[in-house]
Amino acid sequence: MMPLTPMPTEPLVEMRGLKTHFHTDDGVVKAVEGVDLDIYPNRTLCVLGESGCGKSIMARSIMRIVDAPGRIVEGSIQYRSAEGSIVDLAKVRHGSRQLRQIRGQDIAMIFQEPMSSLGPIQKIGQQIAETISLHRDVSRKEAKEIAIEMLDKVGIPRPRERFESYPFELSGGMRQRAMIAMALSCQPRLLIADEPTTALDVTTQAQILDLIAELKEEFEMGVMLITHDLGVVAQVAEDVAVMYMGKVVEKGDVYSIFERPQHPYTRALLESVPKIGGEKRDRLPAIRGMVPHPLARPTGCTFRTRCDHFMPGICDVNEPAMVDIGDSQAACFLHLEKTHD
Amino acid sequence: MTLTDTSPVSDNSKDTNLVPELLGPWSLIWRKFKRHRLAYFSLWFVGFIYLMALFGEFLTTQDINETNRRAPFAPPMSVQLFTNDESGTSQFLLHARGLKLELNEEERRRTFVEDPDKIIPLGFFVEGYDYKLLGLIPLNTHLFGAKNPRDRVYFFGADRLGRDIYSRIVMGTRVSMSIGLVGVALSMVIGISLGGISGYYGGWIDNIIQRLIEFIRSIPTIPLWMGLAAAIPLGWPPLRTYFVVTVIVSMIGWTSLAREVRGKFLSLRKEDFVTAARLDGLTDWEVIRRHMVPSFSSHIIASLTLAVPLMILAETSLSFLGIGLQPPTVSWGTLLKEAQNIRTIIQAPWLLIAPGTMIVMAVLALNFLGDGLRDAADPNAH
Amino acid sequence: MFAFLLRRIFYMIPTVILVSIVTFLIIQLPPGDYLDTLAAELSDQGGLDSGTMEALREQYGLGQPFFVQYWKWITGIVMQGDFGLSFEKNLPVGDLIWDRLGWTFAISLMTLLFIWAIALPIGIYSAVRKYSFGDYAATFFGFIGLAVPNFLLALVMMYVAFKYFGQSVGGLVSPEYLDAPWTWEKYVDLFKHIWMPIVVVGTSGAAALIRIMRANLLDELYRPYVVTARAKGMSEFQLLMRYPVRVALNPFLSTIGWILPTLVSGEIIVAVVMNLPTTGPMLLRALLVQDMYLAGSLILIVSLLTVLGTLISDLLLAWIDPRIRYQ
Repeated sequence: MMPLTPMPTEPLVEMRGLKTHFHTDDGVVKAVEGVDLDIYPNRTLCVLGESGCGKSIMARSIMRIVDAPGRIVEGSIQYRSAEGSIVDLAKVRHGSRQLRQIRGQDIAMIFQEPMSSLGPIQKIGQQIAETISLHRDVSRKEAKEIAIEMLDKVGIPRPRERFESYPFELSGGMRQRAMIAMALSCQPRLLIADEPTTALDVTTQAQILDLIAELKEEFEMGVMLITHDLGVVAQVAEDVAVMYMGKVVEKGDVYSIFERPQHPYTRALLESVPKIGGEKRDRLPAIRGMVPHPLARPTGCTFRTRCDHFMPGICDVNEPAMVDIGDSQAACFLHLEKTHD
Repeated sequence: MTLTDTSPVSDNSKDTNLVPELLGPWSLIWRKFKRHRLAYFSLWFVGFIYLMALFGEFLTTQDINETNRRAPFAPPMSVQLFTNDESGTSQFLLHARGLKLELNEEERRRTFVEDPDKIIPLGFFVEGYDYKLLGLIPLNTHLFGAKNPRDRVYFFGADRLGRDIYSRIVMGTRVSMSIGLVGVALSMVIGISLGGISGYYGGWIDNIIQRLIEFIRSIPTIPLWMGLAAAIPLGWPPLRTYFVVTVIVSMIGWTSLAREVRGKFLSLRKEDFVTAARLDGLTDWEVIRRHMVPSFSSHIIASLTLAVPLMILAETSLSFLGIGLQPPTVSWGTLLKEAQNIRTIIQAPWLLIAPGTMIVMAVLALNFLGDGLRDAADPNAH
Repeated sequence: MFAFLLRRIFYMIPTVILVSIVTFLIIQLPPGDYLDTLAAELSDQGGLDSGTMEALREQYGLGQPFFVQYWKWITGIVMQGDFGLSFEKNLPVGDLIWDRLGWTFAISLMTLLFIWAIALPIGIYSAVRKYSFGDYAATFFGFIGLAVPNFLLALVMMYVAFKYFGQSVGGLVSPEYLDAPWTWEKYVDLFKHIWMPIVVVGTSGAAALIRIMRANLLDELYRPYVVTARAKGMSEFQLLMRYPVRVALNPFLSTIGWILPTLVSGEIIVAVVMNLPTTGPMLLRALLVQDMYLAGSLILIVSLLTVLGTLISDLLLAWIDPRIRYQ
């Protein structure tokens, strides 16, 4: 495990009560339903959750790139800029200059599919240089030099030749490196990585994660890494937030979460991981039941339908609030009971 | 066998009630198609046009070959519901206003003007010229027209020989719309067999057929059609000319169909259910007929529907140029040939407007219909 | 790229040979030949002497087997650039056709540009503002454009132009400029005439291309790379033009392959209606009087130039899309 950097006091991004909904013909899908989360500079926050839990939409909400019919309906995303001024990203006008300057320059993003996330018929070098020219006052030639430097930095061999390559000429790992080079070319203060390694094989996965961690140290940026892979969390996270059906159900530093998970969902997730050298069991425990249909959200605690500690009359009546439990916070009535005692 | 003996029929029917109603692929397509309002309406409209083609004579008001020396380029007559008698009270009487020739001082020639005194009473199921319904039943009743068989009505005006444009358009429907159908049937036979062979066997056969299709598509069609059509001797009987024109027109249509069928075959060939069928020992032909064709027949029907208007337009163009169907035959194309020069159009715009509108409406309806069918047949479309 | 070019040109050769054979076959189809027609016409007036007839028959191989005639015809064209004699006009075909072919292709190319200028922005607009009023208007226009045959549109426009604008119709220049030298005024006059055939020939093509562009762009518009570009901080217009439109443009460009033949076809019909000094009326006349070498040369050259145009469009496509080049 890597050493813990001291927790800075000023968060880079503060989300409060963020709600992003999709108004479809069949009804309103509440993809993100009231998220409070802070992202700190020079720390890696891992957002953990099953597919469809709203983690990607939450990340895209920060960048304001949620596709229609989705939109932010409530809440704020306070971004603290380098000069110290605070911008509410949830309220910035779509397509405004301010928003475009923050995108790419202050906050950059890399995506799940390196295959389709790069423009298919433009040279990768040009795609990187283009980002640089957009945000920095440099000549075309300088932009090209910076792009080549970035390609070198992310570990692409013979960067000068690779500048001229098309995406279809590169392997998946190389493309993801190119994506990272593009995202970091303007030295952003926050990097959002949406399952950056899901589509890659295991060795490449480890290399890419190491690269992100390394560059995070070098540029002192905040990283928000979205994943459904507990192994990834263990490898790179300093802070962890667990999401279920559009809500953060538990958050805290990685040691507290892994050693003393407080929410039944987090506990169940951790138990479902096979342990080398652990007790020999017939079957891995799996979380029972299925994630409810997004249009049929359970009342009260959304996890109650699959929870082993379901308390009738409590869990299905009110939504649990976040409570402090030691070093972490969880949203569960089990702990509310305890604090009442 | 014992099962049927032991379980009473009533129990069986109870069981089937529990199973939710399962719709076959065709009913699903039909349900989706009906939601497409424009396409659904077009289906009725196209059906109406083909009925018109079938029962043409019944709908006409005049014999299409009968000339009238007193009515060359007569304009369309107006149809009215009420007449005013001498006392000024209006009375219900479905009628058309007659025409008379008057000297136009400005243009220094005689032009038709409406004659308020000449009232031609109209009615339904009136007596007219003799014909055979569907070529079998001798009749002289027509759906509507002048009550007096000796009166001539021109709803859409008359051509240079005083023939009734309305009746000619109705009769032209038969030729023009059937060329579309017959041409598509021909294209279908060529396109599906060549496309199927190409896609199912692949290899060098596929290569040759693909080159052939590319070749046909890369040359401009009109000069070739013109060349072929011009080779038809003028003296041939109308039926033979009709058939040859249909063949010429369908020569181009099969290529896109063959491509589509080939594409479907290529993708289906790799599907597990086709492999399974082949491993079960079915012959090539059985695999194609029982397993592959049913899975893309809905697409084929949609493509065929979209090919019909292309054929109709092709026939119209050739006949318009005077190298397709020849005058005694009446089609929308030969009717438009009457409106070939601008002076005629200016004198008698109805020669252009009436058949032109008919063509555009028929082609539009067929296109809407085909589009709707294609959307309905596509399981991935929303 | 060079290998690609060579391969494409190599593929073209069999097509070209096939085109020439089919063309010759077609002009051979009608029973009898022009000399028969000529002899019948002139026999009343004393006619051609049998010596001349025999010389002509010998020269063109008339009455000999098909392939002998074809061989004489094609070697004459390839070796000496001799397209044969127009029997009706009694002039070498080569002297008659080039002007007209030039106009046919000039109009077809201008129509192609017109179609693109129309279809590209409207198609993009339709896709980006899907289900807007403008999109519905474009779709409606598309259906109408596909349903109205070229010649009908030509007739309607001529009627409207004459009746409501009093414009002289038909031809490419007003009668008074017909034999005038090319001055500025003549160009202006030409422009006043030529827009109409271009619009008429281009309408159905434009309608088809709008639909194609819309569908292509809709396929691309929601791809991850568009989101990437947006996350980079590009403006919507910038990223639209640089990424999805660039990708959607490729299948769009490849439509030249079939749009060029249809434009040439359309031009020929419209030329007959509008009485333009292009291939159309000459070809129609030649076919009707069985002026076989004239008709054959016209069909052959129009087809060959179209095949060539398709080749150029293929090369253009490979130049723009690296994925094709490297296949």
